[in-house]
Amino acid sequence: MADTILMPALSPTMEHGKLAKWLVKEGDAVSPGDVIAEIETDKATMEVESDNGGVVVKLLAPEGAENVPVNAPIAIIAEEGEDVDADALARAAKPAEAPKPAEAAKTQAAPEHSMPEPASSAASADDAARPAASFVAAASSISAPASDGLADPALNLSITPPPETDPVLPPDVEYAGMTVREALRDAMAEEMRRDERVFLMGEEVAQYQGAYKVSQGLLEEFGETRVVDTPITEYGFTGLGVGAAFAGLRPIVEFMTFNFAMQAIDHIVNSAAKTLYMSGGEPNVPIVFRGANGAAARVAAQHSQDYSAWYAQVPGLKVIAPHSAADAKGLLKAAIRDPGPVVFLENELLYGHSFPVPKVENYVLPIGRARIVRAGDDVTIVSFSRGMEHALKGADLLAEEGVSAEVIDLRSLRPMDIPAIIESVKKTNRLVTVEEGWPVCSIGAEIARRVTQEAFDWLDAPVLTVTGRDVPMPYAANLEQLALPGPEDVAQAARRVLYRQGG
Amino acid sequence: MARKTTPARKSARKAKGAPAAFTRDEEFAALRTMLLVRRFEEKAGQLYGMGKVGGFCHLYIGQEAVVTGMFMARDPEDDVVTSYRCHGHTLVSGADPKAVMAELTGREAGVSYGKGGSMHMFNPSGHFWGGHGIVGAQVPIGTGLAFANRYRGNGKAALVFFGEGAANQGQVYESFNMAAIWKLPVVYIIENNRYAMGTAVTRSAARPEELFMRGAAFGIPGEQVDGMDVRAVKAAGERALAHVRAGKGPYVLEMQTYRYRGHSMSDPAKYRSREEVQKMRQEHDPIEQVKTRLLEAGQATPEELKAVDAEVRKVVSEAAEFATSTPEPPAEALWTDIYADENTARGEG
Ligand SMILES: Cc1ncc(C[n+]2csc(CCOP(=O)(O)OP(=O)(O)O)c2C)c(N)n1
Repeated sequence: MADTILMPALSPTMEHGKLAKWLVKEGDAVSPGDVIAEIETDKATMEVESDNGGVVVKLLAPEGAENVPVNAPIAIIAEEGEDVDADALARAAKPAEAPKPAEAAKTQAAPEHSMPEPASSAASADDAARPAASFVAAASSISAPASDGLADPALNLSITPPPETDPVLPPDVEYAGMTVREALRDAMAEEMRRDERVFLMGEEVAQYQGAYKVSQGLLEEFGETRVVDTPITEYGFTGLGVGAAFAGLRPIVEFMTFNFAMQAIDHIVNSAAKTLYMSGGEPNVPIVFRGANGAAARVAAQHSQDYSAWYAQVPGLKVIAPHSAADAKGLLKAAIRDPGPVVFLENELLYGHSFPVPKVENYVLPIGRARIVRAGDDVTIVSFSRGMEHALKGADLLAEEGVSAEVIDLRSLRPMDIPAIIESVKKTNRLVTVEEGWPVCSIGAEIARRVTQEAFDWLDAPVLTVTGRDVPMPYAANLEQLALPGPEDVAQAARRVLYRQGG
Repeated sequence: MARKTTPARKSARKAKGAPAAFTRDEEFAALRTMLLVRRFEEKAGQLYGMGKVGGFCHLYIGQEAVVTGMFMARDPEDDVVTSYRCHGHTLVSGADPKAVMAELTGREAGVSYGKGGSMHMFNPSGHFWGGHGIVGAQVPIGTGLAFANRYRGNGKAALVFFGEGAANQGQVYESFNMAAIWKLPVVYIIENNRYAMGTAVTRSAARPEELFMRGAAFGIPGEQVDGMDVRAVKAAGERALAHVRAGKGPYVLEMQTYRYRGHSMSDPAKYRSREEVQKMRQEHDPIEQVKTRLLEAGQATPEELKAVDAEVRKVVSEAAEFATSTPEPPAEALWTDIYADENTARGEG
């Protein structure tokens, strides 16, 4: 078989090249690997080799030819003694219409190609065509969001809240008072009993019983194979966890605090969050990254950061940041059962707080659904994790002034239950968000973006975001207090969106 | 070339025999410094118990000989960096004990203006570059200090202190490699106090008995040193510094030491027995060793030793007095020191 040698693309951007020099002439015998030509591109001079060798039957591009398009035939090489009609071959080898690189790039970036296939492509085409204002109608019902929890290309989101709501509990359900710490431990223990693939690893999780005692008793029940003390090597053990998840185990990786997960964020984002996508669907990475997030008390700049917004930005991750013990339990169980990577942000200052937790088997909550913790009519206050304390206390302050605040606990940050917020805003027309993290590109900023884009007409005031101050956490007690938001900041923001005195 | 064919293993060694004796002056200097650190830390622990110090507070009690001996060996211009367990290093680098204590209480007069606290103390004029809270992070930073010294050709070295727990972090080995290929003047001092929080070195480290070999794959010589004997520390420090200053690249010193207190003030320390701690204190205490030597050699009377202690206690109680009465930073300080400004940056040089 004769080989037609085509002008090769020698860089991702090359469209044409110059045939700088032929190193063979017609009739020459060449061996596999012999250099036959030199090609000049805009960047370099490259050599072209013959793959199979043979006899050079015809050189189709003259030496010195400029602007020879990529994929144009430049030579024909036949086997020794083979009879070829070089002209016919040359004609047959007319270059296929090669897509121009610029065009190809455009096609790839078009939204319909960068999104996972939506469940119903007809519906999504509809969505895409609808004006932004109609998202409100589509996405506003708290009991049945429009989406199926998958991608919503119209919103440019790869994940939206699921249709499931919290399980309906039997009317006579009993509650047990339980700390967040105990709830987390129970969630892990129950899932470890249920599924042998689940194991816990991290610094001080086993013998020490957890730096914050969250894993108390797990070593005794499950043994060293499933409760694993690691050296202080976050980058390494996080990557190792991802590998174990590739292989089908279900690691729970505990970070002593998320401040130290910054050592490992490369594996959380690059190895865990992106693998399913870049592998085209296999392997999935069923792994939970959990630990204390955000400011504790007086531990200064390097130990007091809130990473909520960081992780919430990453497609491929789910992100949970509960406040109550019941939510901590139900959502951690959901995280462990999730087939993909979940970042589970706890808060050290909440570990010791007690909440009623329903005494039911299999208390698993849907990831991505908010909860109305306190109903009200005048203003909506949205928060999560420790911010909920400020939100609820702020609502108390407002109640004293005759203002009825609706307080929503997001619980999950990705997917984020914007429909629930919009539903509430339709009633109150005013929105305040509360978080301890920094203001720039914050969770509050994201909520404000979504609500102004999707429910602008329902707002009677700008969305205000109560956040930590835009500074590293100071150590001094007085400065630390100034750096974090509190109930009064929440009440003040609410007064402002209500245009009330003192606001 | 001899160096090339000498396996790193041969240049690594465990110290044997007694180190060279100190002069009486050296013994007294070491005693005073170690006592200052010890009494300071005891006071810091008390203030913590009284709620005057917040957050994490990692005491250096038991490890005093390491910092003291290394600072006796260093040139005052050599750069130093360490972890959050940094009160001793800050003091010995020449910071005013009042300012160090005021940092612990979060006051404006603190070494870090009250903004860093226990874990983030800096003393640039003493060439001490912190006080880092992320385990292992100071290792490449210290390697960078050495890089700058070689870059400037100023003959200065860098001393990088880190725990044996930190010695498992990947960035330590990335640093070793760079320091070795660029022959950086850096001494890596592993403060092997046997426990990283609640994890004994035998559970966290491969070959826990020879951490001084950790640079071997990079051709970095290492030594294991009795880190409870200030003379041994100083002698090893001098050897290491001579090596790195001669342009031969980095050096590893594994200091075998012990912390008497919990990892931080909130550690119940159930992972080891009281007997183990008591045995260390009774048989290896770095301060008692100096006192005993001075007394046995007839170089000091018990009264003289008591006088040193009294003098140090006075310094420390004055520091505590100051630190609990001096004001907190003004509210505006919340917003300063976030971006550098040629005119307002403190601690220039
Ligand atoms: C990257 C990182 N992971 C975890 C921690 C929490 N932590 C603080 S100190 C410590 C133990 C460190 O032990 P070692 O390095 O031996 O130093 P030592 O405390 O004994 O001086 C741990 C796990 C941290 N500060 N940084």
